Amino acid sequence: MATLLADNEPTATTGTPTPEAVVVRFAGDSGDGMQLTGGQFTLSTALAGNDLATFPDFPAEIRAPQGTLFGVSAFQINFGSTAIETAGDAPDVLVAMNPAALKTNVQALKPGGLIIADSGEFTKRNLEKAKYEVNPLEDGSLAKWDLLAFDISALTLESVKPFGLGNKEALRCKNMWTLGLALWMFDRDRAPLVEWLKDKFRKNPVLADANIAALNAGHAYGETAELAGPLKKLHLDPVESAPGLYRTVTGAEAVSLGLVAGAQLAELPMFFGGYPITPASAILHNLVKLKEFGVTTFQAEDEIAAICSAIGASYAGQLGVTSSSGPGIALKGEAMGLAIMTELPLVIVNSQRGGPSTGLPTKTEQSDLYQAVYGRNGDAPLPVIAARSPADAFDCAIEACRIAVQFMTPVILLTDGYIANAAEPWAVPDPASYKPFPVEFLGENNNPEGGKVLPYKRDAQGVRPWIKPGTPGLMHRIGGIEKAPDTGDLDYSPAVHQLQTDARKSKIDGVAKAIPAQGVELGNTTGKLAVVGWGSTYGPIIQAVRRARAKGQDVSHIHVRHIWPMPENLGDLLRGFDKVLVPEMNTGQFKTVLRDQFLIDAKPLNKTSGQPYTIAEIEAAIDEMLA
Amino acid sequence: MNDMTPIQTTLKDWESDQEVRWCPGCGDYAILKAVQRTLPEIGADPANTVFVSGIGCSSRFPYYVESYGFHTIHGRAPAFATGIKLANPELDIWLVTGDGDGMSIGGNHTMHLLRRNLNCQIMLFNNEIYGLTKGQYSPTSREGTSSPSTPMGSVDHPALPCAFALGSGARFVARGFDVSKELTGVLKTAHAHRGAAFVEIFQNCIVYNKDRFEDFAAPKGAEANQLWLKDGEPMLFGSEKSGGVKGITLDMATLSLKVVDVVDGDWQAAGVIVHNVKNKAVAHMLVEMPFGPFPMALGVIFDDPRPTYEDAVHGQDAKAREGRVADLGKLLAKGQTWTVSGTAADPI
Repeated sequence: MATLLADNEPTATTGTPTPEAVVVRFAGDSGDGMQLTGGQFTLSTALAGNDLATFPDFPAEIRAPQGTLFGVSAFQINFGSTAIETAGDAPDVLVAMNPAALKTNVQALKPGGLIIADSGEFTKRNLEKAKYEVNPLEDGSLAKWDLLAFDISALTLESVKPFGLGNKEALRCKNMWTLGLALWMFDRDRAPLVEWLKDKFRKNPVLADANIAALNAGHAYGETAELAGPLKKLHLDPVESAPGLYRTVTGAEAVSLGLVAGAQLAELPMFFGGYPITPASAILHNLVKLKEFGVTTFQAEDEIAAICSAIGASYAGQLGVTSSSGPGIALKGEAMGLAIMTELPLVIVNSQRGGPSTGLPTKTEQSDLYQAVYGRNGDAPLPVIAARSPADAFDCAIEACRIAVQFMTPVILLTDGYIANAAEPWAVPDPASYKPFPVEFLGENNNPEGGKVLPYKRDAQGVRPWIKPGTPGLMHRIGGIEKAPDTGDLDYSPAVHQLQTDARKSKIDGVAKAIPAQGVELGNTTGKLAVVGWGSTYGPIIQAVRRARAKGQDVSHIHVRHIWPMPENLGDLLRGFDKVLVPEMNTGQFKTVLRDQFLIDAKPLNKTSGQPYTIAEIEAAIDEMLA
Repeated sequence: MNDMTPIQTTLKDWESDQEVRWCPGCGDYAILKAVQRTLPEIGADPANTVFVSGIGCSSRFPYYVESYGFHTIHGRAPAFATGIKLANPELDIWLVTGDGDGMSIGGNHTMHLLRRNLNCQIMLFNNEIYGLTKGQYSPTSREGTSSPSTPMGSVDHPALPCAFALGSGARFVARGFDVSKELTGVLKTAHAHRGAAFVEIFQNCIVYNKDRFEDFAAPKGAEANQLWLKDGEPMLFGSEKSGGVKGITLDMATLSLKVVDVVDGDWQAAGVIVHNVKNKAVAHMLVEMPFGPFPMALGVIFDDPRPTYEDAVHGQDAKAREGRVADLGKLLAKGQTWTVSGTAADPI
């Protein structure tokens, strides 16, 4: 983990003693395959038994003009032999595939860190595009780092020569050459990569062979370079993890799997209505492959049709799910109101990105909290859950399904661009360890004496029955107009609207009784300072609090999953601390909700740069609060 | 339409206990009765029938039919219907919309429902005005319509719902009007069509657009003003009493329709076209035919089924599921995994 790395000082490049964690950043042109390189390096890291966290950071453009500063795509991975919670504050190693990648990333590199640069790409033209007047590899401007520059392009071309590829195709193998070098550096087994390449290019074995040759050549180059320069081979021992089966998982994968598991636990088929939007589309792509689990996917004509079709499916007795990011969620607002009014279950996943408007499509932010909690016309309460990490998104998706069907309500599940794209090791859960929550539809008239079925007759928790059309004898009408209790007949008389508004609110308030009490992640349950987080700030907060506590500071970490309604004990818990600090990647939304709900003087810590928090940023804020 | 066992019902069985809240004299009453007459005739099952609507006067319709009903949000009924039908293809879905709901705010969804060919009936009540919001002009209002939002008359060109439907790829397009005796027959044919069946129903808004369709819908002059299309029959209208029997023919020089006189009943000699519901080119011309120089084309204009959306979706889903077992434990453990025993990690 990055904490210990900082404490230990020595880095990957200086060799002794062996650090417990290393941060590597791969940066190149958006067409260089950096995300793929990073993904495969992640897999090899996981297979080596290291704990890890990743941060893919790529531009909104698919193929930005080559060599430009805005076209740089980067992938950062933090891995080690102790628990890793964040993608790391500052890289120890930067792999820069061109001048633009060097320019946009080198300032983040730790002093004394290692730069590996492809000198073949540092041509006059590329230097101009990156706005370098002189070649930084030659002018001494990189002196505070170790520099290893060599012509990766030429070496790659050389290694794939026997396969007779065109120049362009041959150069595409550059990322595998680089990966080969990285695998050598960290003492990794190449075999799983070779298998993966064979499978990926099974329709074109020549490309498979060329890529394998490049991988091997990069690996072999490490041996040679070790003799000459700053490059050192480094072995990180596996992390101590609980025994069991592990895999890596991204947030988008975990959400998809969690939704499938949730539908299975509810014993319902799932209907997913979606519309393509970054960074949420991956959920649609994942679910479309899982039809054998009773999943139907529907790519609608727009965001509104996506949610409306999902509500239609819920009305017809399936578990309706829709997913989007901020701009799409905005379009779905009116339909959410209908699901609240008609009291139908629905899960709405929001993979948040920077806003407002189109904002930062590929960057992360937590700025849709107000939208989730308050963003509808009328008094329209619905439960909101936030996932803290890729792996946590699995449990959160199940929880969203459970609350939706048990309380006949739409539920919003918040993740963000960071969680959606980032990968982490995941102890594969046993489905049998989750308690099923099978749905019971109303099968016969619930008003045998009065004759007419009562679709809005509430149970002790204020929940109405779920009635599938097609059920004989239970015909009834529902809609978005205010309705009389029990019968659901149109009624917008003053007393009825008062009563139904109260009933809808009290039903959602009651969800608080059906969720776990708020715990403390780290530290005591009372004290000087509570750092209260939600969502993907979990990693940096827990590490910062751990460091602060190691320094003897009286600080605790509380991380809230249930944003709305909040756990019943949260107010009392927060009042047990002298001060409350709320770090968020927005201008202070959860802080405001906490102040409103509990009249506590929660202090904000805000960041809206599209980048996740570093541990140091939160550590500094803790120091300031306790000064 | 839906494949189902016919159920014995009467018109009364389809009346809900709700008080109908349309303005007295509204054309919607007549359409409601026509639908309630149609449902017993087609052997519909109230438990299996769902009326889905958007927002507007017409969209209150589901409350008055004793079946399942979903009064949704403005313009989006087609999207709800798509979700309902994909979730349960056994349900027989009637979509109720209006010219504002289906052509303006929901035009996008109407288009996609038609092109996908979801198996359902779409009744678009066209009164050429926004009624429930008190009389603003609508996307089907004729140019120059004076309304609270267009006191000097509207300047935009109206949309033609049937032309829009054909252009969107609809495989069934029909027209009727509220008080017409033929409406039940049109609705029955729409129901018999497997796929999206689009029916435009001209509807009199007696408060904000009174008698807008009287020019062709009035009983007086109906013979000369209405062309009721019947598959396999010549396109004839009028009578000796109304000033002569006339027919529709194709002007080969301009490739357009024209009205011809039929002398002594010899329509063949006059070149009158025989209506073929599968002829899309003529259907396009019929829906564009301007009233005045021509009669109003009514009845089933186009009816040429093709496979439905839900069949295609479920067919593909069944294929995807073939030979695959839903094992959640296996799914979670998919991909490259490793086991940790003690402190060592072993790739497997």
